[in-house]
Amino acid sequence: MTPATQPRGGFARSWAYRYFVLSSIATDFRLRVVRSRLGLVWLILSPLLQVAIYALVLSAVMRARLPGIDNQYAYAIYLLAGFLAWYPFTEIVTRCVTIFIDNANAMKKIAFPRAVLPLVTLGIAVVNNLIMLAVVLAAFLLMGHAPSLTVLWLPLILAVNLGLAMGLGLCCGVLNVFIRDIGQLVQIALQFGFWLTPIVYVIDIIPASYRWIIALNPVFWVVDNYHRVLVYDLPPNWQALGAAAALACLLLALGRFMLRRSQADMMDAL
Amino acid sequence: MTAPLLALQGVGKSFRRYRREIHRVLSWFGLPMPPVDERWVLRDIGFAVHPGEAVGIVGRNGAGKSTLLKMIAGIMRQTEGSIIVSGRIAAILELGMGFSGELTGRQNVFHAAGMMGFSHAEIEAALDDIAGFAEIGAFFDQPIRVYSSGMQMRLAFAVATAFRPDILIVDEALAVGDAYFQHKSMERIRAFQAQGTSLILVSHDKVALQSLCTRAILLDGGTLLRDGDPQSVLDYYNALLAKKEGEEIEVETLADGRVRTISGTREAVIESASLLGPDGGPADTVGVGATVTLLVRARVVREIPSLVLGYAIKDRLGQTFFGINTAFSKQGIVAPPVGATYTFRIAFPMMLGPGTYSIALALSGGESHLDSNYEWRDLALMFDVVNLDKAPFDGKMYMPPAITIER
Repeated sequence: MTPATQPRGGFARSWAYRYFVLSSIATDFRLRVVRSRLGLVWLILSPLLQVAIYALVLSAVMRARLPGIDNQYAYAIYLLAGFLAWYPFTEIVTRCVTIFIDNANAMKKIAFPRAVLPLVTLGIAVVNNLIMLAVVLAAFLLMGHAPSLTVLWLPLILAVNLGLAMGLGLCCGVLNVFIRDIGQLVQIALQFGFWLTPIVYVIDIIPASYRWIIALNPVFWVVDNYHRVLVYDLPPNWQALGAAAALACLLLALGRFMLRRSQADMMDAL
Repeated sequence: MTAPLLALQGVGKSFRRYRREIHRVLSWFGLPMPPVDERWVLRDIGFAVHPGEAVGIVGRNGAGKSTLLKMIAGIMRQTEGSIIVSGRIAAILELGMGFSGELTGRQNVFHAAGMMGFSHAEIEAALDDIAGFAEIGAFFDQPIRVYSSGMQMRLAFAVATAFRPDILIVDEALAVGDAYFQHKSMERIRAFQAQGTSLILVSHDKVALQSLCTRAILLDGGTLLRDGDPQSVLDYYNALLAKKEGEEIEVETLADGRVRTISGTREAVIESASLLGPDGGPADTVGVGATVTLLVRARVVREIPSLVLGYAIKDRLGQTFFGINTAFSKQGIVAPPVGATYTFRIAFPMMLGPGTYSIALALSGGESHLDSNYEWRDLALMFDVVNLDKAPFDGKMYMPPAITIER
């Protein structure tokens, strides 16, 4: 038996809890499967249904608007790529915002590094996203859109996406413990964010004079790159990706800093 | 003495309130944001715990016991002072935390032990022991939601104590399951202690404290009031519970090193107390079965509505074997005149087994010393019981039997 030292938080200490992180991710899936008949199918079905709805409702509007891709299912392909980016982002942010509040009971009774909690969330989101990626790629092949080699850039873009979501989620999660309005605010911001990001529409339908608003949206920097490598077979827009990566690092550092500084106060506020 | 496993020095905890929460957030970034108020729940706590020691922590509600435990366990961070821990701490603050109803017992064991920082291989190695100790048999592979609450608690205790920690912190969780399992849990805790685990126990159960602990700490109003042997600390705590405005608590160290606690308003006082043997002379050694007389003289100092004398005979661990007062015996004195002296003569046969006993005396206004406590005197008298003329027997009580044997 290793003499586990006093867990007082911090990402470094989480290493001792790596097994717990893995088992928590496994547990999350087990809990989702255990009492529902279709289990993991729901995981795939709900995003696909959402894509199908948008495809049905908006395809007529969007039909002629996708230059650079020659496929009758062009819009569906475009939607899938966008949702592939948006889903893990919202999942991580939504979960992280309430992560400390949701686990308040355990945190008040058991000593474990708090950094473990966001890591578990990250792990779950990654697995979810990998499943979705497999489904999306399969759907692409069915629709006759074989992705080119540019798809190999995807892991990098995914990493930036996850970093951005984790950084934002962590900052908001810490703040939400003390200022509970943050949780509500983030939900609304995500709703707006969805429509302010070209996911169900292409940026070309926005009048050129307003496009700069969209261009300020960091999620667009990521989503655009998903579209480039998955739909248009283009290499990533390095400027946008670099900016997103820099912002992700900044947010992660800020989140980590706040997590540390709030340590003494957090247990009192929960 | 060996190095302490745990050393606290000048530990304090305060809760800060800010005008706005955003001020708190800004204070993390080093901006000078004075809190609007700062409430200290613990201040200047210092003590050390050595291997194998068992420390009981007592105190009224809100004395800061739980906060102290959480800081030692590393769940909360102290505001000032230092807590130095050498070794692994396990804290049982609430049983069954981290359990999920849909998972099987086995899966929950992996999850909960993982939360304590153990690896898969370590848990695997301890699995048989955990399942065996919890005694849940085939239920181990069923979802926890079908368990009885007793089974869940047993499993939780088994997981929490599966790995011997250097310091075990237990908060009122000792009463797990039925008498059999309680006994088994105690055995496990004692076995840990024998192997050098230190125990820190918060409980209102005096019997558990006295039988398990080698030392007790009394917290009151966020400060460490007393630190010493369990008997004297519990006596002091008892006096503190009854303490009201205008009362004072005195402590005297007796010749044998034990601590006598005297508390009360002193509106009536005990002038003298003695235990008389069968011959009428003072006795500090009494034969089993002998008739003795407890002689107490009390004086009324101020105007009081009523006067009741109570006494309790306790063993070395402070457990009461017999106690009664003159309110129970319907002999309370109503409106005693100021200055009057009363002599109480209480005769009874000594039906206790051999050992050392003490008598606590109390003058109060009613059945309980919590109503109005004039004087409460722990360890007022001490005596030994020896078996002089009876057939040998075992135990703390003398129950002379009439044994007939037929064939």
